Amino acid sequence: MALIPLKLKHLLPTLILALLTVQPTFAAKETSDKGDLKTEIREYIMHHLLDSHDFNILSYTDDAGAVHHVGMPLPVILWDEGIKIFSSSKFHHGETVAQVGANYYALDHGKIYKTDAGGTINYDENHHATNLAPLDFSMTKGVVTILFTALLMFFLFKGLAKSYKTNGQVAKGVGRFFEPIVLYVRDEIAIPNIGEKHYKKYMSFLLTLFFFIWFLNLLGLTPLGINVTGNIAVTFALAILTFIITNVTGKKDYWKHIFWMPGVPTVMKLALAPIELLGVFIKPFSLMIRLYANISAGHIVLMSLIALMFIFNNWLGSSLSFVLAFAISIIEILVALLQAYIFTVLSALYFGFAVEEHDHEDH
Amino acid sequence: MEKLLGEFSFGLFFWQSLIFIGLILLLKKFAWKPILDAVNEREDSIKEALQSAKEARKEMEALQSDNQRILKEARAERESLLKEARKTSSEMINSAKEEAKAESQKILNQAQEAIQNEKRAAISDLKAQVASISMEIAEKVVRQELEDKDKQLKLVEQLLKDVSLK
Repeated sequence: MALIPLKLKHLLPTLILALLTVQPTFAAKETSDKGDLKTEIREYIMHHLLDSHDFNILSYTDDAGAVHHVGMPLPVILWDEGIKIFSSSKFHHGETVAQVGANYYALDHGKIYKTDAGGTINYDENHHATNLAPLDFSMTKGVVTILFTALLMFFLFKGLAKSYKTNGQVAKGVGRFFEPIVLYVRDEIAIPNIGEKHYKKYMSFLLTLFFFIWFLNLLGLTPLGINVTGNIAVTFALAILTFIITNVTGKKDYWKHIFWMPGVPTVMKLALAPIELLGVFIKPFSLMIRLYANISAGHIVLMSLIALMFIFNNWLGSSLSFVLAFAISIIEILVALLQAYIFTVLSALYFGFAVEEHDHEDH
Repeated sequence: MEKLLGEFSFGLFFWQSLIFIGLILLLKKFAWKPILDAVNEREDSIKEALQSAKEARKEMEALQSDNQRILKEARAERESLLKEARKTSSEMINSAKEEAKAESQKILNQAQEAIQNEKRAAISDLKAQVASISMEIAEKVVRQELEDKDKQLKLVEQLLKDVSLK
């Protein structure tokens, strides 16, 4: 129980800020009927889950009915017959068409499409935009957050590394907190799964992976409205690295176990080969989906519960929703760590398979 | 699945991969390697210190048992020395006693001999004196004979009686 007051101290401002972030947009439509509010909430949540071309902190509608956005625009980088760089403020939060040279671009559901001056976007029968989408290398909210996390990690762990030299082999300051975690990754994740002999070459990846996912998960719980590890492109990038490292460092035994399983009859060998081969792809795929689904689900649940307060709009329902949202927030803090741990442990396990050495022919 | 593909943004994938791989390489050089090296070094030094402490304790124990042994030996030696000394002293005393006895015997013998000699000397002296007294008596007797023959005889007789009594 001692943990709760501690977390409360950090969570309360978080929740209050979260409420402030969400409230104005919902409140704007308070006069319209409940159905509209629910649709708006759903759209708001879906919008939040996606990456965005500007770093929007909050939006509100003033008394005159004008919508105001608080945040900062980010650079848009497009490859459309040559590189095009412009500020995302040109889109005015998706409300206007951005003119760059002779080209016009418009935002639709977080994606940039090439349009005409009027911003026409054509849809097919499945409501997919058929406009040409240029290759988008924009510094989106996600990219900025990733960069921020990378810088934070770099300075944090560089500081920790330095403190050993200046403080006689003992970590100091915030490094005292992170050193046991680094050691945990080494002693409880890397060594048991990979083995004493090979674990060293995977340590940099596993440590970076663990802290990267953890920090981004935690950042996702701040009221900044960040959702990076709940983005499929990010989890795909992480999982494909695990996939590449596993298969590049895979030893003879690893491939032998996939294509010609030792110790079973030849018929079984033939039957097992495609299954094992499929497993090679399913393993990182499950990593990708697990992280994406857990974080996305957490965000959806948390935001829905916060939104419930405004749907109920009475003291009983709203306070119940608050208590629930509060409890889920605490659980999400655990999930943030747990998902980072699971991704790292499974990656280590797959690396372990890749470098495992057997002395057959007996199993 | 279609939704996932729709959400997939190649740009984000590109930046994420670039930044993440860059981060791995940078952290490897500037953080993970120095951190793990330092921690390993520290662990080794702790292990070493523990080992040396153990060795020191063992050495101390050996030293202590050594001390015990030396003490025991010293005690035994002292014991034997004492015993020897006691033996020597008693021997010395015995021999001294023996010598003293012999000496005293010798002195005693000498004294007896001296006494004997003195005695003999005294006797011979006495004899000489007796002889001289006899001579005197004889002289007196001779003188008395000159006056009264009977008396003189009587006297001689009496004197002789006396002499023989002595």
